[in-house]
Amino acid sequence: MGYERQADFGTPEVRSDTAVTLRIDGREATVPAGTSVMRAAAECGGSIPSLCATDSLEAFGSCRMCLVEIEGARGLPASCTTPVAQGMVVHTQSERLARVRRGVMELYISDHPLDCLTCSANNDCELQDTAAEVGLRDVRYGYAGANHLGAPTDGSNPYFDFDPSKCIVCSRCVRACDEVQGTLALTIDGRGFASVVSAGQAGDDFLSSECVSCGACVAACPTATLQEKAVKDIGKPERAVVTTCAYCGVGCTFRAELRGEQLVRMVPWKDGKANRGHSCVKGRFAWGYANHQDRILKPMIRESIEQPWREVSWEEALTYTAGKLNGIKARHGARALGGITSSRCTNEEVWLVQKLVRSGFGSNNVDTCARVCHSPTGYGLSKTYGTSAGTQDFDSVMDADVVLVIGANPTDGHPVFASRLKRRLRQGAKLIVIDPRRIDLVRSPHIEAAHHLALQPGTNVAVLTAMAHVIVTEGLADEAFIRERCDWDEYQDWARFVADERHSPERLEAVTRVPAQTLREAARLYATGGPDWASAQRNKPNAAIYYGLGVTEHSQGSSTVMAIANLAMATGNIGRAGVGVNPLRGQNNVQGSCDMGSFPHELPGYRHISNGDVRASFEADWGVALDPEPGLRINTMLDAAIDGSFRAIYIQGEDILQSDPNTHHVAAGLKAMELVIVHDLFLNETANYAHVFLPGSTFLEKTGTFTNAERRVQMVRKVMEPANGLEDWQVTQELARAMGLGWDYTDSGQIMDEIARLTPSFAGVSHARLDAEGSLQWPVNDAHPDGSPIMHVDGFVRGKGKFIVTDYVPTDEKTGPRFPLLLTTGRILSQYNVGAQTRRTANTVWHAEDLLEIHPLDAENRGIKEGAWVRLASRTGETTLRATVTDRVAPGVVYTTFHHPATQANVVTTEFSDWATNCPEYKVTAVQVLPSNGPTDWQESYASWSEKSRRIAVEPAE
Amino acid sequence: MDPARLTYMANQIARNLAPQGEAAAVDLTCQHLRDFWDPRMKAAILAGDRLGLDPIARAAVERLALPTS
Repeated sequence: MGYERQADFGTPEVRSDTAVTLRIDGREATVPAGTSVMRAAAECGGSIPSLCATDSLEAFGSCRMCLVEIEGARGLPASCTTPVAQGMVVHTQSERLARVRRGVMELYISDHPLDCLTCSANNDCELQDTAAEVGLRDVRYGYAGANHLGAPTDGSNPYFDFDPSKCIVCSRCVRACDEVQGTLALTIDGRGFASVVSAGQAGDDFLSSECVSCGACVAACPTATLQEKAVKDIGKPERAVVTTCAYCGVGCTFRAELRGEQLVRMVPWKDGKANRGHSCVKGRFAWGYANHQDRILKPMIRESIEQPWREVSWEEALTYTAGKLNGIKARHGARALGGITSSRCTNEEVWLVQKLVRSGFGSNNVDTCARVCHSPTGYGLSKTYGTSAGTQDFDSVMDADVVLVIGANPTDGHPVFASRLKRRLRQGAKLIVIDPRRIDLVRSPHIEAAHHLALQPGTNVAVLTAMAHVIVTEGLADEAFIRERCDWDEYQDWARFVADERHSPERLEAVTRVPAQTLREAARLYATGGPDWASAQRNKPNAAIYYGLGVTEHSQGSSTVMAIANLAMATGNIGRAGVGVNPLRGQNNVQGSCDMGSFPHELPGYRHISNGDVRASFEADWGVALDPEPGLRINTMLDAAIDGSFRAIYIQGEDILQSDPNTHHVAAGLKAMELVIVHDLFLNETANYAHVFLPGSTFLEKTGTFTNAERRVQMVRKVMEPANGLEDWQVTQELARAMGLGWDYTDSGQIMDEIARLTPSFAGVSHARLDAEGSLQWPVNDAHPDGSPIMHVDGFVRGKGKFIVTDYVPTDEKTGPRFPLLLTTGRILSQYNVGAQTRRTANTVWHAEDLLEIHPLDAENRGIKEGAWVRLASRTGETTLRATVTDRVAPGVVYTTFHHPATQANVVTTEFSDWATNCPEYKVTAVQVLPSNGPTDWQESYASWSEKSRRIAVEPAE
Repeated sequence: MDPARLTYMANQIARNLAPQGEAAAVDLTCQHLRDFWDPRMKAAILAGDRLGLDPIARAAVERLALPTS
């Protein structure tokens, strides 16, 4: 693809069963009823000049450029706001129209700088194009009158400039912020000639305003007013490649726009089915880490972690590593070796790492970071529904009438989905939030949750059981659905259990701290759509559940997932658009890494390793015998390392030292191993304990696929050569070959062919098909040849939906006199996971350090002021960080993020974990918070160790 | 593997499966250990003294010791 703008049809697509036929400039056009004349003209190959219209926004009708003549209609109506009508005859070009349009354009240009040749939007400017289209040749008014040409540029945002001197006040930025992003940070200040675009309150600039830097306004701007700084610095891109974002599980499609191998900007792709043309600050702007000076580009080895690193050739590194691995295997057996696949790498790369572990190392000791995030989702949904994934696509939210968000903070964690959700909420859908914190969704401009259940951390199951109690005892269950789709006997067992008085909201209020009446109303709203619903036209409202790590990262994570699944079945909210159970996945390819067999007990496609037939299919294809016994999980690998029975690990793209709980334990486990291989972009925290460092490649440097939270498989395309010389799948292949395995993939498409051959749910997936169709949602096979946007449509994958009784079991992590507060952890919009990528971008301007949120009451009791240093201590460890005093958290609850290694929030978190999957209980730690005046001993000793451990030996000059 | 830790894990599994009824909970706990525990973990809990195990977990571990049909 060369560089040209993505087609713009002026106004949004309209869906209608009725088709309307009209004539535009003699051409016949047939479009859905409700389509604008402007869009109809564009769809039949025409182009009506316009400035304030773009197809991501509702028609506005302000610029007066898109006027047309309609036979039989008076005057010159604006084509963007005029819907088509059957038999309408439209003329878009005439002498009269040309005169009027030129007159309008003349006014615009009379207050616009004439610096086109030196303007950064030169040749990429809709104002310039439109001036050309209308044939403007002269401005009769001159340029000496009052104007805005001297207005200063606001360069406060690190990624884009706002230059009001070039603004034509078309309101596209304001409307993008309202309609697309839903933050409403921008407005038009003043009236008439004094109208200007303004961010936030008077006195705010873009950075200090509520602007979240999603880039929607920049994408919408038709001039150079809002433009990426990179375009100003580098120039107009010359080519573009469509690819998939490597940040969160939303999986936005972007167009990488480049000059040669230099990335200029990432622009959201309107045809991306996950993001529909929207983006967030991470995917759109925070890609500077890809060429950060900290990136390691040469392989390095060292005998011991006390030594400095030594740069070596790829050949030496791989031979050394393979020799060590084979030696450990010979001495200690295959089960002493293992690996961790990366949820940031492609499906193809994950496939090869688990294949290397199973067929090369000879064990099933393979795990992935889903262990610490969504492993309970896999367990819970497979037990109840029969498949380890969410039930819907993201589009589904636009059909939801009631949305229940539990343990998720979409505006920060999954911002592009949150914008869709907020759009639906503004249209009138009802919202229930279950979260210990008052997240932004609870109340933000034009959004207010009907109910916020600010529960005590760790009581999810109690809250959901109480909701089930209300639904069952008040007769709100959808028994027709249950009889048809679920096992009726199991339902009755479950209904009897939840109906017991001890599960009533009144009885559980003491535990959950959620007022019983609020809980009852929330349950009724979820089940019935609320009291207003009866008067609505449809019989049954669509209620959808969206959840995140606030559900899974608990000692009852799996139980909570099953309780959610029960609730959706009991109310018949499965199997159609607008409903479902939707896990919001953390990392870009966490769904894919789970699909690809990254768990120690199952082969790709979620098939248990003990299944002889499945094992045989892999053994035949790979030509090796596989261990039929499940392997170790990350946490038990570390236990076994301390024990001496686990000795070597290959970690691809995962920083377990920073991301996993109880940092001391992780460090001790890694230290106990003979061989730690880290394959990553940077010397991450885990690398401080590594013996081999294999440099990795970024998502811009490789071809493969990611699978997002809606099971959507999308292409990641190489836009530049790997700076380290090899794509990550090639590194794994070379390691396998050095160990003696005869792998010979010549491109990653061949790996996908193997995935499709051996994994029934991927049978119909290939790179060629993805290139042709954009994306596919698994399962893609004979039964679902075009994929599966919504699952369990005609019945559950497992057959009958299974109700599983879950009961609240309190966590063993208890508050007490020494540790009276509960710490819960989360993330923030501008940073991602352990921050390895985002900390190496200008995103630090929004979040330079992790802060501890504490309620004013708890702060006052302890003499803690805003911004003060505090010591955060648990039974496991302690750290220091700065406090921020806020009533977002309830009294007794404190909150922080884990994006910065200097804070190391996980020094404090415990090893309590989900009973079924060992997903760590990050969300509940008993802590004490006290004023402090400096870093803890651990922080100081770790900082000095970290510096020492990252030394790279300097080659002596010859 | 640390026997105390394995005992804790087995008890936690049993405690969460207990609401399904004792007989089912023993079955499910045993199956859980079979399906998700690495051989060295199974060997260690079988070799341990089982004194710290709750009744459901103990019955499950005893069943785990039996050969599978």
